[in-house]
Amino acid sequence: MTAAHSTVHGAEGHASPARLLRMNRMGLWLFFASDALVFALLLSARFYLDGLHTPPEVKQILGLVMTSILLLSSLTAYRAETAIEHGNIARGRSMLLLTAVMGSVFLAGVVMEWMLAEFSPGDGYGTAFFSMTGMHAGHVASGVLLLLMARRQASAGKFDGGGTRAWGASGIVMYWHFVDVVWVFFYPVLYLIH
Amino acid sequence: MSHSILRAPIVRGLFWAVVGFVLAAALVGGIRTAMGLDFWNTTVDWVIAYPVALLGWLMGVGVWPQWGREWLGGKAEPYALTGWQRYFGFSPDHKVIGIQYAVTFIVLFLLAGLAAMLIRIELAQPGLQLFTSDQYNAAMSFHGITMVAVAVATLLGGFGNYLVPLMIGARDMAFPRLNALSYWLVPPVAILLVIAVGMGGWDSGWTAYPPLSEVNKEGQVLFNLAVITFGVVSILGGINFLVTVTYMRAPGLTWFRLPIFVWGAISASLISFFFTQAFAAALLMVLLDRALGTSFFRASGGGSALLYEHIFWFYSHPAVYVMVLPGFGAALEILSHMSKKPLFAYRWAAGAMLGIVALSGIVWAHHMFTSGMDPALHAPFLVLTELISIPTGLIFLSALGTIWQGKLWLQTPMLFALAFVFNFLLGGVTGIYLADVPTDLHLHDTYFVVAHFHYTIVGGEIFALFAALYYWFPKFTGRMYSERLGKIHFWMMFLGFQLTFIPMFRVGIQGMNRRVADYPAAYGEYNLFISFAAFLLGASFLFFTWNMLASWFRGPAAAANPWRASTLEWQVSSPPPEHNFDEIPVITGDPYGYGGAGPAHNRPLGGLAAGSEGGS
Repeated sequence: MTAAHSTVHGAEGHASPARLLRMNRMGLWLFFASDALVFALLLSARFYLDGLHTPPEVKQILGLVMTSILLLSSLTAYRAETAIEHGNIARGRSMLLLTAVMGSVFLAGVVMEWMLAEFSPGDGYGTAFFSMTGMHAGHVASGVLLLLMARRQASAGKFDGGGTRAWGASGIVMYWHFVDVVWVFFYPVLYLIH
Repeated sequence: MSHSILRAPIVRGLFWAVVGFVLAAALVGGIRTAMGLDFWNTTVDWVIAYPVALLGWLMGVGVWPQWGREWLGGKAEPYALTGWQRYFGFSPDHKVIGIQYAVTFIVLFLLAGLAAMLIRIELAQPGLQLFTSDQYNAAMSFHGITMVAVAVATLLGGFGNYLVPLMIGARDMAFPRLNALSYWLVPPVAILLVIAVGMGGWDSGWTAYPPLSEVNKEGQVLFNLAVITFGVVSILGGINFLVTVTYMRAPGLTWFRLPIFVWGAISASLISFFFTQAFAAALLMVLLDRALGTSFFRASGGGSALLYEHIFWFYSHPAVYVMVLPGFGAALEILSHMSKKPLFAYRWAAGAMLGIVALSGIVWAHHMFTSGMDPALHAPFLVLTELISIPTGLIFLSALGTIWQGKLWLQTPMLFALAFVFNFLLGGVTGIYLADVPTDLHLHDTYFVVAHFHYTIVGGEIFALFAALYYWFPKFTGRMYSERLGKIHFWMMFLGFQLTFIPMFRVGIQGMNRRVADYPAAYGEYNLFISFAAFLLGASFLFFTWNMLASWFRGPAAAANPWRASTLEWQVSSPPPEHNFDEIPVITGDPYGYGGAGPAHNRPLGGLAAGSEGGS
């Protein structure tokens, strides 16, 4: 979802780079608000279907490790964004890759959890668990792809000079933070509530 | 020639869609075989292979060359097609996209109207004549969802895309390629629905309530996928409008100098970007229940079908305002320009639209008074629902105040706009009986409901849509429609509509249930009458279609401003030049400056002197 304006027919005709940046940001924030509602619906469905019940079979250690990795990846994503905005493309590229790798490890953790789960998707908690982690993992997967795309664009010189030209990268990093924040709500609701 | 047809975007899109589907289905089949299951499972295969096919379609139709290459650091191609061919590709031009939406959805409107005609043939007599019960359900469900999509997208997608940038003095939408992407998600929706009907249809109407929608035929799966896709269209479109109007207004065009149609588009966009995903999420949950065995709505696993109704109506009630708010905007716009009077109580009307947006999200459970939900919810939802008549009433007052003592110019668009006021009044008043719990308990699920929502959506929004179609036809096509055929269409449609739906209130009060192919013989005479009236209504669209086609190809050239209207879109040529404005206009007044020395919305760019009455 980078730089959604066209170079031929876009707003460039009468908009400064700063205004274009504000437009892109507003579009992205509206998208977050819209997407957040889907997560909110799933979250409330969890309480509607199974109240505060959490089965003891939930893998607490695995969940904690995955959560830590995902939270740490927000830090590396932030470092990537700052580096690119300051024109340090090389560091930006390595930080983007590191973030994508941590995201992939998180995804591997989700797959492991699904395979080890001792509850079925057919009961209340299972319905919530599989749909919430599944929906979130789908977002993480798309985020990993986007991070790799940003890295590729960085290599191609698209963000050279930083500043407003770095929007493509910082939009993707914002998306990564968004997906991360969703997990901040999902993790306690799925693992910690009793 | 054959060379160029094979390279046409739509052909490429279809090719990659089929490739994507086959590859994904083969992969799923392989894994299933390895797990010892059947190679093909319609539900699982469609749920997994359809998104892949959708991706192939989008990339093939133009996303890859014109956008995707940039994602990997490459350079995108500009859009190359011109002339009539530009309507058949991934064009970023908002005017092309507007016409793509409008034409696609009018074709769907005629198709779903044909389904309604078949339904009326079936219902002309008690007993079964044309359909089996299953086929009747399929026709009714197809008619329902297709018309809902038409009502949501024709005015906002078609007219909104075409007009909003012009009306605010911009050269395009904020995100032109995202706009094109939204439109090109529409053909898959239509194709899925048609395939679903070909597979025997689905029988749960447009509402798709579980438990039925979790155990019925696989057509339901395709329906769910189609509506989820359509939800994405709606959300992306809404975001695009909001950013466009926020950041791309011409200098001097303050929020309260926006034409009222733009306010209608903003309000509808607010709803569609914030509520649509509830419908999509509900349908996704149904798919998960069907494909993955979760139990959101399955009572045996601790789920609750009532949860679906809450999530579904949380969107689907606001959705009626996505339909109707641009209709309000278009009708008020036309009433003002065709009465040559400023819009009465403009700020109140704009505020009322935002009031409707605010209230729309907290009234949904009035659809559920008979669902078995907690009775404690009845009274609050009754009161909140009836509160909506306050902002709606303000819009009525604005309409009446505008035509009051005006010099009404009764051309076809004005007739439709006036009919909108009349119909929506009936639709609104009959709504009170459905918001009231005691009367609703009797009227729920009868033809009274059918008549009520047809009065609001068809009588309201669709009449406003036709007003808009005739009003902006010269701007879109550069040609004038035939006023005579337009008036024949209007009177046939208006009379046919009243004669069809007024008797439905009556049989509804008497207790005739909706969504059933058969009915007790006592309702026979009324239904025969309704069917003949419906055929009159249906026949009116023959005149409409003929008028549109003949006028588009052979009509007399239209002047830049045939209605001598004051808003910006009329100050440029018909059709407008490629980038709308050679010079971005500077706005110095409100859009309805009638009665003074001349329109004050902007410094006229030359369209006014050339204005002629057009038509006859």
